[in-house]
Amino acid sequence: MLPVALVLPQLLLTFFFFLWPAGQAVWASFTRQDPFGIRTQFVGFENFTDLFEDPLYVESMGRTVVFSGSVTVVAMLVALCLALFADREIRGRNIYRTLLIWPYAVAPAISAVLWILLLHPQIGAFSHVLRMLGIGWDYKINSTQAMLVVVLASAWKQVSYNFIFFLAGLQSIPRSVIEAARMDGARGWRRLRTITLPLLAPTTFFLLIVNFVYSAFDTFGTIQALTQGGPGKATETLMVKVYRDGVVNLNLGSSSAQSVVLMVAIIALTVVQSRFLNRKNAE
Amino acid sequence: MKRRTLLAGAAVAPFAARPVFAQAAKPKIVFWHAMSGALGEEVNRICTGFNASQAEVEVTPVFKGTYPETLTAAIAAFRAGQAPHLVQMFEVGTGSMLAAGPAVKQIWQLSQETGVVIEPNAYIGGVRGYYSLSDGRLASCPFNSSTSVMWYNLDAFEKAGLDPDKPPRTWNEVVDACRILQAKKAIEVPMTSAWFAWVQLEQYAAMHDIPFATKANGFEGLETELKFNTAPFVKHLSRILDMAKEGTFKYAGRDGAPEPLFNSGTAAISFTSSAARAAIAREAKFKWAAAFLPTDPDINPQPNNSIIGGASLWCMNAPGRTPAEYKGVASLLKFIASPEVDAQWHQNTGYVPVTTAGYELSIKQGYYQKVPGTDLPIKQLSRGRVTENSKGFRLGRMPELRNIVYEEVEKAIQGQQGAQAALDSAVSRGNRILREFEKSVRG
Repeated sequence: MLPVALVLPQLLLTFFFFLWPAGQAVWASFTRQDPFGIRTQFVGFENFTDLFEDPLYVESMGRTVVFSGSVTVVAMLVALCLALFADREIRGRNIYRTLLIWPYAVAPAISAVLWILLLHPQIGAFSHVLRMLGIGWDYKINSTQAMLVVVLASAWKQVSYNFIFFLAGLQSIPRSVIEAARMDGARGWRRLRTITLPLLAPTTFFLLIVNFVYSAFDTFGTIQALTQGGPGKATETLMVKVYRDGVVNLNLGSSSAQSVVLMVAIIALTVVQSRFLNRKNAE
Repeated sequence: MKRRTLLAGAAVAPFAARPVFAQAAKPKIVFWHAMSGALGEEVNRICTGFNASQAEVEVTPVFKGTYPETLTAAIAAFRAGQAPHLVQMFEVGTGSMLAAGPAVKQIWQLSQETGVVIEPNAYIGGVRGYYSLSDGRLASCPFNSSTSVMWYNLDAFEKAGLDPDKPPRTWNEVVDACRILQAKKAIEVPMTSAWFAWVQLEQYAAMHDIPFATKANGFEGLETELKFNTAPFVKHLSRILDMAKEGTFKYAGRDGAPEPLFNSGTAAISFTSSAARAAIAREAKFKWAAAFLPTDPDINPQPNNSIIGGASLWCMNAPGRTPAEYKGVASLLKFIASPEVDAQWHQNTGYVPVTTAGYELSIKQGYYQKVPGTDLPIKQLSRGRVTENSKGFRLGRMPELRNIVYEEVEKAIQGQQGAQAALDSAVSRGNRILREFEKSVRG
């Protein structure tokens, strides 16, 4: 009895805050409702077929992959570089590390505001410089620039997280291996490529999945605050679309169907990750 | 131990509080609104005034965020059986609210049930039409209405050698003025437009008496189809696209986002709500004025009325609501429509008066002499004859339609498509939304 009692709070939380709402979403994805919930019809898979027949939805999927891929690459590369430098013996290492972890604690909306202050076409400090360099900077009417802005802002937030993991990963590499390589005459780049990176692989793979999941599902706040998915649909990822269709347009059936698609995607990613990590551990 | 007593106290508190409420015995009216800042304070002032004016009910105003947030909150509350008594809903939500069936009690019905007379004719025609059924019965109560006008920077006009007292009246004159402003380097941006969909398509349709959608813009039924890809609209949008190309027009974002461009003195001409007056007066460090929206005389030499923006008040239903509460809602609406309250609301906020009596009282008080130009929106709203194209819009999911327009225009501004393609695409996407809406409310 005691074990059950001890687990019960967690089970209740899971039920009320995950299973129940998720179940509601699954149910709603098979219905068509007016916003007030006065008329609810069961429509089977119609919401799903509508989604995949909608070229805009398919476009949004492609856009999400591009966006998430870019955020993952940028966030991980930058974090790796910083971690490599922070791993060395330098003065003030701890201050340096602490500062690098800061952005992780910044709320998405606030980080977006910081980026707006930097990059806003009219009032942004950075865009002023760009204008002086003769670059027509206006992410509100330029799709490519808009994508660049949301990728940068999202990646920036994730760098800290990656940094912590890379640094831990680097520190867990046995010094003896690196020393041995050094004695064999392997220089910086070669040592990095043949010793450090392979030994960092589990961390890298873990971060790859986590970053992809983060950028696909957890960047809504940043994008909504920066571009609201515009201009056109240039930065409308799947998450932004779920919000737009559900909360703003009150098309609950379609929005729920989209959430269910995302839920399936996230489950698939998690399965891949745990399979891979288990295999790694078994080796 | 201490924590336990606290918890126990919390559990008991609601029960302990109950008798106090019962003693007060005054039904409480909850009024959700979307007016922030100074506007919210005006709402509070009206409610305090109402509470002091009678002893039957007590109204509590609650700020619920932006218009769309208020709509979402009201819907969630209704689903949970906790709908507020009264909710402020933006004009483009009217179609959705009308389809809300048992969730709302329309004003004519409220008036009938409670015996509190709310006379539709007391409201100004252009305002009333947007919120009435086709036979003239009121569905919701007009509250804060504005219309869009052209704001222009007098200093920039002077600098460019343009007559500040003669703002451009036609679109051709606007284009010419913008070219002069640009050539004389009088200002960074000659023209911008906030609320692009509302001003450049919806208002344009109304004033030129051309259909925006079939079935009298949706007033005559749900089977309405969008029509804003016809020649006049295409011509107007390509003019604006051309202006963007030659640098005389700047697209600066959706909804109200372009407004700071004018207020900061960066743009010489701006189109936005007449209710922007307060913000402009506060922020602008230059001389400014408002003018009628420009028109195309070759399409309609006698421009019609413009349409309103803003919001109205809807009475909502919830289980266990008493007749006394409904009566309280009706008397609050009547109080808001009284000439003194309406006139003061109008003068303090920059919204137009919604009742004829409120307007006349403002004239009598000499308000328009004191603050010249404040009656311009009213004149524009009551100009010409109200036709089925200028009555307003009764389209479901209209906020979404506006977003589609924004998206397609943004693609066109970037040169990804022409005016015709942009409007065609917006119309066909919009029609899909309208069919979806039709299916969802037909049930």
